[in-house]
Amino acid sequence: MSAWSELILILVILTNLLLVGGNRLTGLIRFAAVQGLLAGLLPLLVHSHAITARLIFLAALAVALKGVAFPLLLGRALREADIRREVEPFVGSELSTFLGISLLAFSFWLSEWLGIAQAGWLRLMLPVGFFTMMTGLFLIISRHKALTQVLGYLVMENGIFLLGVALVGEVPFIVELGVLLDAFVAVFVMGIAIHHINREFNHMDVHLMARLKE
Amino acid sequence: METGLIFPSAGGIAGAALAAPLLSGVINRTKAVFAGRQGQPLLQAYHDIIKLLGKGAVYSRTTTWVFRAGPIIQFSCAALALALLPMGFQPALLAFPGDFICLAGLLALMRFFLMTAALDTGSSFEGMGASREAAFSALAEPVFLLSLAVLARLTGALSLSGMASRLALHPAEGSGPVLVLTTLALFVVLLAENARVPVDDPNTHLELTMIHEVMALDHGGPDLAFIQYAAQLKLWIMGILVVNALGLGGRGGWACAGGMAALAVLIGIVESTMARLRLLRVPQLMIGAGALSLLALLLTLVRP
Repeated sequence: MSAWSELILILVILTNLLLVGGNRLTGLIRFAAVQGLLAGLLPLLVHSHAITARLIFLAALAVALKGVAFPLLLGRALREADIRREVEPFVGSELSTFLGISLLAFSFWLSEWLGIAQAGWLRLMLPVGFFTMMTGLFLIISRHKALTQVLGYLVMENGIFLLGVALVGEVPFIVELGVLLDAFVAVFVMGIAIHHINREFNHMDVHLMARLKE
Repeated sequence: METGLIFPSAGGIAGAALAAPLLSGVINRTKAVFAGRQGQPLLQAYHDIIKLLGKGAVYSRTTTWVFRAGPIIQFSCAALALALLPMGFQPALLAFPGDFICLAGLLALMRFFLMTAALDTGSSFEGMGASREAAFSALAEPVFLLSLAVLARLTGALSLSGMASRLALHPAEGSGPVLVLTTLALFVVLLAENARVPVDDPNTHLELTMIHEVMALDHGGPDLAFIQYAAQLKLWIMGILVVNALGLGGRGGWACAGGMAALAVLIGIVESTMARLRLLRVPQLMIGAGALSLLALLLTLVRP
């Protein structure tokens, strides 16, 4: 059981590194989907001694939303915008991978420093949660395309979810439902927004929109 | 070291020295099967070496002793590195704490003389190959050392023989993911260092894209035989490291040989299914491998 959750956490780390290092947008959407799937399955493994119908329902909902619905919505936005890759991000792919590993080391140090890292599966869970959040933030600040920034937001949500599982254990049902619904609506709205931005300006480079202020 | 141990490990070295060219035969046969061809004979590499040894050597007037010394030194470095390598049940002929750094040093020395001999010809193409080799190996070497450091940290052993036997017989509990990450990183290093497909294509003869092949262009006869044989030994050495990281190495000669054969088939599959990366993308691959080994190192550092 703990070996499986450890494996899933390591896979989450790998998807983070792939998200940070990759620049093909379809690949990025797929990595984010895999990460959402893994994060959604984790509570089932962590609480495998007491699986309730509520737990299964929430996991199924999370997997359906993050693993299936979001990639479909974002994939459609991508097809309509007709772009393939993140050209010339603010931080290049090699440096990004290196920074990603540094963020991971920092997350390990941070959870050690906070003194809440515990034995067993929590030992990896907390740093991975921090790392996933920081990866999301990094994607948001270092990429041009609106779509990559949406992915960064989703990754950050995954990180908060992991932190929740690590620190709180059982989040109230209604709170988790609300978070999932919020994320769904956000992705839905952002998909439409990307479409409109693209139709209006023929691109979705966020840094070019700074001009709109004038 | 006890004398009883020396003879069996010397037998391992002799076996490796004999079997190393066979690896390229297995790789080529795998590629031929994928392409639907019959392919060259399994023992083609041996025939090539024997043929080359029977030829005379031609030296250009621009070359100096560096060019002539290159192949001999490369071969000696590879043979010495072989003595540091544990194979099968046997510990290495020379096993001492920190010998993995010595191994990396020997491989670096080998590469250095390959590059200086290439530069000594004064050909611009060879210079290009040498510069690429220098650039990519500078990226591959840290990954190589990091991966070996992970294995050392995981097993608590500082010699390659100690690592191999502990990985095979007493693997640390829950070390599976770390070992998989390290093996992957080592495999990428193996592909990069041995002029294999995602980095270099051993079949290409276009000077603009070659890396390893272009550095041996002006060598002929016995010199070329030594260079080719040294390269095959190097592939064997890195292959043994990968097999040992999986814990197959310390389980006897047959497990080791089987692991090497499976590795050769795997390399063949990678070569048949992947295209060579653009030269600009190679650093990205190496940094990815470095990220894997760094991740493995971090995971071993936080072990309870």
